[in-house]
Amino acid sequence: MSAIENVAPEDQPVEAVPKRAMTIGSGTSFVVLLLLLIVPLFAKNFIIFQLTMLLIYGLAVLALNILTGGSGQFSLGQSAFYAVGAYTTAVLMEHLNINYALTLPIAGLVCFAFGFLFGQPALRLSGVYLALATFALATAMPQLLKLNFLEHWTGGVQGLVVTKPDAPFGLPMSQDMWLYYFTLAITLAIYIFSVNLLRSRSGRAFMAIRDNEIAASAMGVDVALYKTLAFGVSAGITGVAGGLGAIAVQFVAPDSYTITLAISLFLGMVVGGVGWLPGSIIGSAFIIFVPNIAEGISKGLSGAVFGVLLFLIIFLVPHGARQIAIVGQQLIGKLRKN
Amino acid sequence: MFSARTLRTATLATAVVALTSGAALAQKKYDTGASDTEIKIGNVMPYSGPASAYGVIGKTEEAYFRMINDQGGINGRKVNFVTYDDAYSPPKAVEQVRKLVESDEVLFVFNPLGTPSNTAVQKYLNAKKIPQLFVATGATKWNDPKNFPWTMGWQPSYQSEAQIYAKWLLKEKPNAKVAILYQNDDFGKDYLKGTKDGLGAKAASMIILEESHEISEPSIDSHIVKIKAANPDVLLIYTTPKFGAQTIKKTAELTWKPLQIITNVSASVGSVMKPAGFENAQGVLSAAYAKDAADPQWNDDPGMKKWSAFIDKYMPGADKTDGGYVYGYGVAQTLAKVLQMCGDDLTRANVMKQAASLKDFTPDTLLPGVKINTSPADFAPVSQLQMMRFKGEKWELFGDIISGDIAAD
Repeated sequence: MSAIENVAPEDQPVEAVPKRAMTIGSGTSFVVLLLLLIVPLFAKNFIIFQLTMLLIYGLAVLALNILTGGSGQFSLGQSAFYAVGAYTTAVLMEHLNINYALTLPIAGLVCFAFGFLFGQPALRLSGVYLALATFALATAMPQLLKLNFLEHWTGGVQGLVVTKPDAPFGLPMSQDMWLYYFTLAITLAIYIFSVNLLRSRSGRAFMAIRDNEIAASAMGVDVALYKTLAFGVSAGITGVAGGLGAIAVQFVAPDSYTITLAISLFLGMVVGGVGWLPGSIIGSAFIIFVPNIAEGISKGLSGAVFGVLLFLIIFLVPHGARQIAIVGQQLIGKLRKN
Repeated sequence: MFSARTLRTATLATAVVALTSGAALAQKKYDTGASDTEIKIGNVMPYSGPASAYGVIGKTEEAYFRMINDQGGINGRKVNFVTYDDAYSPPKAVEQVRKLVESDEVLFVFNPLGTPSNTAVQKYLNAKKIPQLFVATGATKWNDPKNFPWTMGWQPSYQSEAQIYAKWLLKEKPNAKVAILYQNDDFGKDYLKGTKDGLGAKAASMIILEESHEISEPSIDSHIVKIKAANPDVLLIYTTPKFGAQTIKKTAELTWKPLQIITNVSASVGSVMKPAGFENAQGVLSAAYAKDAADPQWNDDPGMKKWSAFIDKYMPGADKTDGGYVYGYGVAQTLAKVLQMCGDDLTRANVMKQAASLKDFTPDTLLPGVKINTSPADFAPVSQLQMMRFKGEKWELFGDIISGDIAAD
């Protein structure tokens, strides 16, 4: 164990990202926000639905980004937290008739507690060992959801059908559009919270642990507390994303939350750029749209095409979308000077 | 005279125009996805992911409609079969089905596979009044025309199959002591319910033991030992292929010879009977509704010859022992029949109406005597099966074709 710990700081798995480099400038943010606000007004309902899913997966990737990019801990178990959030929302909505908007904070709290508790034993593990432990959680979750004594609540293998909410106050918009703006508002709130979190004392503690655990503890950072806290926050945000996902898809079932989802979210984080929060949306776009593109190229070999595309991205831009963004910024800078 | 002729011609022309346009109004009616030249059909299949073995069904359907188009289409219209991968994931199925409906604008969704995926889109499609036709799952809930008038199944439901076993038992072994081994999920529970319903009042006295197992258990030997201790003389095996093989093998190892009935899902010669050992599987009973391409008794069957010619021409190199090719052909042929019956009225309502008025239709791949019948109150197209007994290295059909029609609760 000690040998591993000694090696760990030198063989840093997560690159140290300075906190300023974790966000984008206010001008760019404004343009992106404007696009997100306007595009749905001119899109078909199906496109709006896809955009909603983009935001939801974006949130889940963001959550993982806080955990891995922020505090340097790996997780392949995000699908489990996503599932718990989705089921919490679905059960509260369908069995207890609670308003959908109120179920989301509950889903977030339940997942925060779940993640915090899971973080306790996970403290003893680091790097690949932690990834394996969370992997086990992700594989176990679909089976747990099928358990007999929970079936009355979860609907077992059949899952639960969720009713999609109408726009409130008689607003003249479709269910899809309302849900999109609802999701956008929550995503924005969580994004701003995350940015501020990483800029705060806690955020600095996360990053100190990520960069060098021993040095962090020497500086007086409560390593155990902040590591579990990072797990809790990440799980909580994933839970909210899961709840939103349940409302958007209108259905929860164990087969929706398999290990494939956890790996997709992990992929999204790497493609978007580890530790770069705006990249979460780009990573999310990757996991939603690229499989469709791959399928369009070849139905029989869609998996292989997806693999090739992924390989190309990792090979050409190993730091994901962040690298492209930095290059783009430099180009604009040069143009301005000229 | 000149003017009289002009008048006559004009009258005639008006009459002709009135007649033809009237006929056109009566005949040609289209919803989104249908036109004079094309019928656009949507489908989702697990081409990737854990259930990708079923992907051959989608490929068979695609090939079948290619054949139909080569033969001139249906009532002069080409079938445009749009199929997407849902990786057996319900959220992906929702996305792909919405894409089919809202972006590709298909006339209806045909044969989407898997109980979870279909459950995920059932409400959406019914709300939009888009047919969810001939879904590829054996759950009983698809036969529910009252609550879901736009959803229809195709294959016999698990419950109706179980009822057939129950009916057979009541007739042949009315004093049997029955033990039921079932997989603890909806698949197993559907069979359990069907058996109890079929046995009716005698269920309580005939069934002496219900033993369930989890799909995650590596071996179910201990369950078999427990069942043997209760000493039943009939064992009903409602489980998936791996456990079906284990059960047959273990009972033989225990030198215990109850009468065994195994679900159609686990009746495959290649993946169940052979691993269980042919000598152990002698006398096991099951039921079937489709012809088995691996069975030599159908070599000279005209229907299977047509199927075989289709596979050779449109899907060269396919492994003919895979049941998916037989299934996909049968269900695609049923759809072609429905579209033919629709004539020039290709509205969604008429597609459902025609699908619910199939009378004694027999696709090439179903057993002789098994017929497809539907009505506005019966959304279960295939509901007949025939019992079969394992002898030598293959199944031998026996007895009459039995019907097990039931509706969802």
